[in-house]
Amino acid sequence: MKILVAVKRVVDYAVKVRVKPDRTAVDTASAKMSMNPFCEIAVEEALRLREAGAAAEVVAATVGPAASADTLRTALAMGADRAVHVLHDPDPARPLLPLAVAKILRALAIQENPGLFILGKQAIDDDCNQTGQMLAGLLNWPQGTFASKVIVDKEKQTATVEREVDGGIETICLDLPAVITTDLRLNQPRYATLPNIMKAKSKVIKKVTPAELNVDIRSDMEVVQVDEPPKRKAGVILSSVDELLDKLKNEARVL
Amino acid sequence: MAILPFLSSRTRHSVLRGPLREAGRRALLSPAAPTYVHSPARPAEHTPTLPSTEFSSTGHRRPPPLDWTGAGARMISSSVGISHTRYGSTNHTLNSHKRFYWVPRPQRPSYRPGAGVATNEAHQSVNDSFEVQRRTFGSAAEPIQRNPAYSVLNPDDVSYFKSILGNNGVVQDKDRVAVANVDWMGKYKGASQLLLLPKSTNEVSKILAYCDSRRLAVVPQGGNTGLVGGSVPVHDEVIVNLGGMDKIVSFDNVNGILTCEAGCVLENLSTFVENEGFIMPLDLGAKGSCQIGGNISTNAGGLRFIRYGSLHGNVLGLEVVLANGTVLDMLTTLRKDNTGYDLKHLFVGSEGSLGIVTKVAILTPAKLPSTNVAFLSCNDYMSCQKLLLAARRSLGEIISAFEFMDRQCIDLAMTHLEGVHNPLPNLPYKFYVLIETTGSDESYDKAKLEAFLLRSMEDGLVTDGVIAQDISQASNFWRIREGISEASVKVGAVYKYDLSIPVEKLYDIVEEMRSRVIWQKYWVMATLVMGICI
Repeated sequence: MKILVAVKRVVDYAVKVRVKPDRTAVDTASAKMSMNPFCEIAVEEALRLREAGAAAEVVAATVGPAASADTLRTALAMGADRAVHVLHDPDPARPLLPLAVAKILRALAIQENPGLFILGKQAIDDDCNQTGQMLAGLLNWPQGTFASKVIVDKEKQTATVEREVDGGIETICLDLPAVITTDLRLNQPRYATLPNIMKAKSKVIKKVTPAELNVDIRSDMEVVQVDEPPKRKAGVILSSVDELLDKLKNEARVL
Repeated sequence: MAILPFLSSRTRHSVLRGPLREAGRRALLSPAAPTYVHSPARPAEHTPTLPSTEFSSTGHRRPPPLDWTGAGARMISSSVGISHTRYGSTNHTLNSHKRFYWVPRPQRPSYRPGAGVATNEAHQSVNDSFEVQRRTFGSAAEPIQRNPAYSVLNPDDVSYFKSILGNNGVVQDKDRVAVANVDWMGKYKGASQLLLLPKSTNEVSKILAYCDSRRLAVVPQGGNTGLVGGSVPVHDEVIVNLGGMDKIVSFDNVNGILTCEAGCVLENLSTFVENEGFIMPLDLGAKGSCQIGGNISTNAGGLRFIRYGSLHGNVLGLEVVLANGTVLDMLTTLRKDNTGYDLKHLFVGSEGSLGIVTKVAILTPAKLPSTNVAFLSCNDYMSCQKLLLAARRSLGEIISAFEFMDRQCIDLAMTHLEGVHNPLPNLPYKFYVLIETTGSDESYDKAKLEAFLLRSMEDGLVTDGVIAQDISQASNFWRIREGISEASVKVGAVYKYDLSIPVEKLYDIVEEMRSRVIWQKYWVMATLVMGICI
């Protein structure tokens, strides 16, 4: 069985982002970019399934500009077998939306024919949480989202997924092929060790374009303006209870 | 044991000032003070020890190894020489009451006590020299007597301080004073009853002038994160805590020169200058609490030492209040200033024994966008040394940190720190190295680092390693390194020694200690910033 993992190159989780001075987009030129943390967890889960014998091959895929190849190299260095890079230069005013990405991934899934498609539950730059669900809908495959535990049964060709939902943990059983999106507590991603980095240099990255996949990725939405949230006002240290009462009465008007 | 705790550059000055002054005064008062230790009357007992030949050959007097100057490897190696000979003739010298020889400069009786540390030493009589040496070297292990020459605090003093600092600036509350009396490791506890919180240089000056007139002992305190008991009182010294002086005075964002008060916390300064596109030239594990005044007074090295050098090079100016209240304004922001004597270097590393640092002008290097961190394992110490050499050659200008840890450190960190994840699990290697590079071009630096590491692996210097793929993985590696001190406190009492040793001999110390200590019961480990030793 083949596992396809989709990864995304985003601004690093620990970076404090700023808005560009012309307020059209977030300033990513100077920020460090790396793999989306949920995508790392997805790659790790795919590798663990391969090591457990449930899968034979792990293929990483991404949609993005030429620099996204670094993200694929990271996935290969973690242990993926090969990678597919769908080249697309982003336009900040018309960013690539989950529906377009889902259409591209659907085309890849039809080409590669995997048994399992694992994605991160959301990307930390847009927080959409839509791609996995849309992909499952387009492919008409069952989906197990917010997975916190995945057990694959090869003979029965099913996957048992424990999902983190608002009320607790829900356990569902999916027939393969299926789409799974990973949540934070699924696993702890491994580090890219030097021997693996060395091996990754010889692994293949196939480059395609959306046109070759016959996918129309024209976006219906346009970003008009991006603003920072209003800054929190500093607190005031008061010196007596009377002052507190006075402020609550007159300034905050809650008494 | 060849190397003793005295090698720590952080001997507690308040402890030493007392006996030194006293001994000096005694020597002057005694009528026939034998200023020459090389007295020809006692040739039989005079062992021509290594240090004395050294001194006579260099032709000038040398102060005893109090290590205040932190002269590093050179000083230490000569101290090692001294201790060997001293131990070689221990019985002999104990009997003859002669412990240490140095050739004093001739005709010094006109010097007053307090004219300078070095001259005090020269005037000590032979008997006193013996006692001073013992106290110096055994300061941590022996109980130190309170010098009666220092006055005891009385309510008039407190009311005077209150008149200068206001009621908020004078703390006598038992709990708060108790916290200020104990050091970060919990090893050293003073008995001070008064904590002062000045808010300006003027207030510091008035406090010190008053304490000088009243002969009250003072200990300056910053973040109290020192690991060797230098920031807490020994007896009932008045604690002057500079944490209230935390204003940033100015920042020149063209040249990257930061002027701030001594009580600014290092992490706050880092955040501030990083906002402007610069970084602080030093970074320590204690950055969340340590203050820049303390860093400068102890000449802190830290993780960025290998790239940006010592504080002697990065501090451009200081404002210091001397013990008698005089304010010495050396706060220049010029990169180069040859007018007059460069006195600020005396205060960098003097640990508050010459004056309290109140303002700092420090040079901040530009913040470089691309950082890469790798965590590697090596089989033996020789490979670590070769790796350092190779790193300096191949990575050259982009290397910004090279940290060496041994297996025990990693085990300790893994067991006792929360939230850390072992980068190289299940591997039996004995030594670990963390390398960080900082440069301006991400892909170029990463390619350089990868190429270097792969080459090192092929050469057999490195047995395994990981490269951090994003900032959280990099911070995990740093958390392991910076958290070793924290983790070691959780195991039990810690004896920590700050040593400067030639690189080849570094790990020999650990092995030597292990052979003398039941090391299954005691963790003997070394974590070293190899940059400092080069």
